[in-house]
Amino acid sequence: MSFVFAQFLTGLAGASSLFLVASGLSIVFGVSRIVNFAHGAFAMLGAYMAYSLTERFAGPFGFWGSIVLASLGTAAAGALVEMTLLRRLYRAPELFQLLATFGLTLVVEDLVVVVWGPDDLLGPRAPGLAGAVRVFGEAVPSYDLLLIAFGPIAFGLLWLLFHRTRFGTLVRAATQDREMVAALGVDQRWLFTAVFALGAFMAGFGGAVQIPRDAVNHGIDLRLIVDVFVVVVIGGLGSVGGAFLASILVAELDAFGILVLPGVSLVLVFVVMAVVLVVRPFGLLGRPQAQARAVPEPDRRPWAPLPPPARFAVAILVATAATLPSWAGDYLVTVASEILIVALFAASLQFLMSAGAMVSFGHAAYFGLGAYGAALAAKHLGLPMLPALGCGMALAIAGAALFGWFCVRLSGVYFAMLTLAFAQIAWSVAFQWTAVTGGDNGLLGVWPDGWAATPRAFFWVCLASTAAGVGLLRAAVFSPFGAGLRAVRDSAPRAEALGLGRAPVQWAAFALAGGVAGWAGGLFAFLKGSVFPDSLGIGTSVDGLVMVLLGGIGTVSGGVAGAAVYKALSVWLVSQTDESKLALGLAIIGLVLLLPTGLGGAAGRFRGGLRSRAAPPPAPAAGPAR
Amino acid sequence: MTALLEVEGLNGWYGRAQALFGVGLSIAEGEVVALLGRNGAGKSTTFKGIAGLLDRRDGRIAFDGMDVSGLPTPALVRRGLAYVPEDRRIFADLTVEENLEVGRRPPRPGTTPWTPERLFALFPNLAEMRRRRGGAMSGGEQQMLSIARALMGNPRLVLLDEPSEGLAPKIVEDMALAILALKRDGLSILLSEQNLHFARLISDRAVVIDRGHIRLAGTIAEIAADPEACAAYLSV
Repeated sequence: MSFVFAQFLTGLAGASSLFLVASGLSIVFGVSRIVNFAHGAFAMLGAYMAYSLTERFAGPFGFWGSIVLASLGTAAAGALVEMTLLRRLYRAPELFQLLATFGLTLVVEDLVVVVWGPDDLLGPRAPGLAGAVRVFGEAVPSYDLLLIAFGPIAFGLLWLLFHRTRFGTLVRAATQDREMVAALGVDQRWLFTAVFALGAFMAGFGGAVQIPRDAVNHGIDLRLIVDVFVVVVIGGLGSVGGAFLASILVAELDAFGILVLPGVSLVLVFVVMAVVLVVRPFGLLGRPQAQARAVPEPDRRPWAPLPPPARFAVAILVATAATLPSWAGDYLVTVASEILIVALFAASLQFLMSAGAMVSFGHAAYFGLGAYGAALAAKHLGLPMLPALGCGMALAIAGAALFGWFCVRLSGVYFAMLTLAFAQIAWSVAFQWTAVTGGDNGLLGVWPDGWAATPRAFFWVCLASTAAGVGLLRAAVFSPFGAGLRAVRDSAPRAEALGLGRAPVQWAAFALAGGVAGWAGGLFAFLKGSVFPDSLGIGTSVDGLVMVLLGGIGTVSGGVAGAAVYKALSVWLVSQTDESKLALGLAIIGLVLLLPTGLGGAAGRFRGGLRSRAAPPPAPAAGPAR
Repeated sequence: MTALLEVEGLNGWYGRAQALFGVGLSIAEGEVVALLGRNGAGKSTTFKGIAGLLDRRDGRIAFDGMDVSGLPTPALVRRGLAYVPEDRRIFADLTVEENLEVGRRPPRPGTTPWTPERLFALFPNLAEMRRRRGGAMSGGEQQMLSIARALMGNPRLVLLDEPSEGLAPKIVEDMALAILALKRDGLSILLSEQNLHFARLISDRAVVIDRGHIRLAGTIAEIAADPEACAAYLSV
């Protein structure tokens, strides 16, 4: 019993740490509607800064002064980011802010390695709190008890800030109606900067107080951001109280899950998140989001199938690409195969996002299911490559149909988070079910059949797959089914009034996109000869998002171009520099700032620009004479 | 007499669709002017255009003799131009007092600053519900709160978009009395109305808008006495 209580206290300490970071994310989202992917990076920055400062300043004043200084430093970094980067993006579609903050995360990850090195760093113990306290006979670190107190104290202080100060009142007002706050004379620029700095402060503080407990390394940002997303989504986006409850729930699940169900401990949290979202779609204390202000795109031309000349040009392009093995070396051909595979994956996500307005943060689940399905079929059933790919695709479709049935009941950020939760469940299964998946060691020795074993032949398989897959998706977009999907996207109530149910149409689209991603995943397994849990991981999902956004979300198949640019850039950067993430992150940020409509959008604008120059718009019509 | 607000050649767009065509009007210090027109005539759009809340507009807007055409909304508000939107836009999760706090701006030299107490005297209904959430108020109470919140910025001119819309007749009467009290205080008001009767109670002059064009301007008595104009632009 006493052991259970001690474990409960450990859970509470973890809850405080989670809450400190999660509250910042929730506050920032509430006001700015920005899902700040870099929030984990801020926490990591706070931890690194606290490490360096505590190295220099000893004693209680030195230690706690360092923690506060590190938090303030993180807040300053947050304010700087808001002023130089995000401020330019508030009017852009909200996913661009996600893309920009993702780029920022990459930059920070490499910068901390440059400054602090790649090794794990263990900070000093807090002065006077290095020991343990006996609680019912069990030793509980006294620092944990202090952390347990931090959570409620921070919650109380935040409550006072939001309910007893003018700043807090303005923030809560802005959370509900930004435009009206501006119409009452409040300059939102400083309000946003201050809120962002506050969010970064909470992240920095949450990271800094961890250093006596956990080693600091350059990977904690991703681990943190996933945990914190889960907390914020379970609690309800924008709700600090919800984040408080959810952090206790998640941390206790972590603490006891590992005792009760060690085999599925990783899955547990995400299962709970999925259940919460299905039962309470806006989280425990969240509220339905105000209808997102429709971003008017008056200049967007309606989509149309490619006219014959363009089809001919695409055919020529594919034919030209098919000659690549005759003039390029094996390395280049293999890289090109990989680009084609990720292009197919990106195209499937693009279909979901642009035609269906379903922004999935967990599309890698179906890529990975395809990869595992194909690899298992090839290894255990001894199937040849093509039937194995079919098995992978079938597994991906089954997974997408199962997960999608729940996901299509939600929309917007909550849809995104539920897809992320399901992807993390799939990842946890792959990671923990060692007997079947090999766990972290993956499945090795998945090679193509003899006829496709050369890089050249495999490249042609990839080229044919990608061309056919993208063609299939485009055909689907312009089919009656695709028209229905777009109708549901543009106005679900109007489509439903026509007898077109939102959920079934989106469910079918989700399964289709999952199947195409699964085929790509199977090809990837055969290309690499192996499958690892990473293929279902959040990194792969984010890669897909970045490629689609780079390609232009308003386009039908811009993701293909986005994938080519992104993958080629990352392969090239890895070969050129040790700080490839830094360079890639800067490139992403630069692209977001320069081309807020993506590569495809920029191409469309260029074409539009040429046309409008040829024919000036008609002069404004004179008013009717009376 | 120089005008406090002078609008010339205001064009406004929603996306590609032009909604305002060369709108011009002016309001003198202490005057109450009604902008009359049917649903969809361009009244709210004119207000949004003046307040800088349209994505695209052009034309010249002068406030207190200064060209303010290029200023963002908060800067206009700080100069003394308040905007009360048609849909009230009360912060539903904030209490009455907190809603007022959001609107609070520093006092303007030479005038008595608005305080919650003064506003509760003007709108006695609100005094009884200081701690009530905005979302839990009736439409009429929200309308009063929306006006009170704008007054907390100590404006010189209030753009009042359809203050009588959807209110019970008794509340409309209270609203008219409150607006007349504000007028006696020297506040300038531009209000939009479909209800000619309500406008006649409180306005000095009227401007008639139809399909984004200004059609008529004159004293409120002149407009009301012109049955042809009323039939063409105002009656349903």
